Amino acid sequence: MPDFRSRETWAVLIGLAFLLALPPLADAMGKGFYITLFTRILIFGLAAVSLDLILGYGGMVSFGHAAFVGVGAYVVGILSWHVFDASPVVTWPVLVEGTENAFVVWPLAALMGGLFALVIGAVSLRTTGISFIMITLAFAQMLFYLAIGLRKYGGEDGIALYNKSELVPAIDLFDRTTFYYVCLAILAAFLALCRRLVGSRFGMAVQGARINERRMRALGFSPYRHKLTAFVISGAAAGLSGALLANAAEFVGPAYMSWQRSGELIVMVVLGGMGSLFGPVLGAAAFLLLEEWLADLTEHWQILLGPILLFVVVFARRGIWGVVAGPDRRER
Amino acid sequence: MNTLLLVEQGLNGLQLGVMLFLMAAGLTLVFGIMDMINLAHGSFYMVGAYLTATFAPLLDSFALGLLAALPLAALAGMAVEMVALRTLYRREHLDQVLATFGLILFFNELVRIVWGPQPIFLSPPAWLAGTVEIIPGVPYPAFRLAIIGVGLAVAGFLYLLITRTRTGMLIRAGASNREMLGALGVDVKRLYTLVFGLGAALAALAGAMAGPILAVQVGMGESVLILTFVVIVIGGLGSVRGALVGALLVGMVDTMARALLPTLLRAVMPPSQADGMGASLASMTIYILMAAVLAWKPRGLFPAHA
Repeated sequence: MPDFRSRETWAVLIGLAFLLALPPLADAMGKGFYITLFTRILIFGLAAVSLDLILGYGGMVSFGHAAFVGVGAYVVGILSWHVFDASPVVTWPVLVEGTENAFVVWPLAALMGGLFALVIGAVSLRTTGISFIMITLAFAQMLFYLAIGLRKYGGEDGIALYNKSELVPAIDLFDRTTFYYVCLAILAAFLALCRRLVGSRFGMAVQGARINERRMRALGFSPYRHKLTAFVISGAAAGLSGALLANAAEFVGPAYMSWQRSGELIVMVVLGGMGSLFGPVLGAAAFLLLEEWLADLTEHWQILLGPILLFVVVFARRGIWGVVAGPDRRER
Repeated sequence: MNTLLLVEQGLNGLQLGVMLFLMAAGLTLVFGIMDMINLAHGSFYMVGAYLTATFAPLLDSFALGLLAALPLAALAGMAVEMVALRTLYRREHLDQVLATFGLILFFNELVRIVWGPQPIFLSPPAWLAGTVEIIPGVPYPAFRLAIIGVGLAVAGFLYLLITRTRTGMLIRAGASNREMLGALGVDVKRLYTLVFGLGAALAALAGAMAGPILAVQVGMGESVLILTFVVIVIGGLGSVRGALVGALLVGMVDTMARALLPTLLRAVMPPSQADGMGASLASMTIYILMAAVLAWKPRGLFPAHA
């Protein structure tokens, strides 16, 4: 039961109302491109929330999160490429045909994201601190180069999609408003899931491991297993966001996995407010809108963005969510 | 024929290794003493290359251009340390990552504004432009040999600096206990700034020497930065000796994989596929090496704070 006396609840409700009302408003104002822009925001929001789950709650600074987004995107891209090419994906040990069915492709993207997270996490989580940052970065680079090496699928140029994934016939993802609402629904569902998760025994164990790993071990928990599980869930959600991103851009390329993307995802989480789940969505919105606005202002917008980031880190610790939702009542 | 190829590639690997060492030494010192992760280290590499490429034609000498560029890069490093990074030492690593990520964006764009988006070219000094026959029948570029020489000389210099001088003693003391060093009356802030400047100069030196081999372009710092991270993680954070071993290992493995994997794969698959697969597998080799080292020793080969 939501607590209607807290600012947090109202912030979430108002945000949801705004997002629900956005497409008709944008259409009415004749600014339809806002629907496309906010679709991107929702998708990056999903990726940022998934990162917040391990970064904000688990204290795991993954600098390679874009890799999982890229893996999800490539699942969509490769399966769709094979539909167009009318060739099977693999013939051995079982015949796998290309497909654009969203009920197959999207869960598969999440599954692959989770699977890569399992392998990468299993090695990376053996270390902590700076090593962990560097290792996740290095693994992401490894997948980045792997993607460049996939000459069959465009190599450095990536894959242009000729079709979007197909949900049920009644829902046409080519319609930008429909696609927007589908993304919103997925993001809302994942946020609800995360809320349950961080409040659960499992979520508490992950947070406990962030605050004092040794004490958690003394209590009989296995921090490694809990952290790895969180890492896998996070990777799966990132994979799903990659699948949506591929559909939004109708393109898949190695750039999705570039280390800058990973950096941007961290920026979104911190800008929005770490460990708040809703904050990263705001962070994604702020980052992408800022990018859009600065790029309008000057061709050399990154020279402004860099110092802004520095400023945010040094002076605004709690992020946007800290301003919107008021003081944090959780113990940190 | 094959041994000749191996010798040549071995030298290439050594050359990449010493270059990575120049980068890794600065980064690992900054990490070891200040417990600070600095993503913008690659920016000094880039700045060093650009400054050398600017001064070398002006002064009509590569060496003079390099001599002009290094102090400037060191100054730039110290300025960045004093303006931006000083406040971050006591912060979480996450904050350091973000802030220095912002610095990368800033530096890349600054370079793009000053020098333009096109790569610029830096020619090696005339007296090193030719080739040397290292063993009869194997010509090898003299400039690459010079890089190996300079890199090994710097490694020796760093060894002496750290083990034999007062500054080196302070650096080692700072790495093992900062508070105590400060309590003993050492100006730790100034020490940090100096070490940062030294690291920036080393990175700039690597960049300047890479300039004639690779193109001098925006973003050149990041690809080498990530390789440097791999070096440091393999070698053990904060250890200069680890950085040397890690750099040589990574340089050698990366070069050998790139030279040999496509050929090996050609034996088992059609050439067109083998080249693509070989190239991408070769790019991945060092990361696999890193994963293997970590699975064996999670703190790297020579952890500084064991």
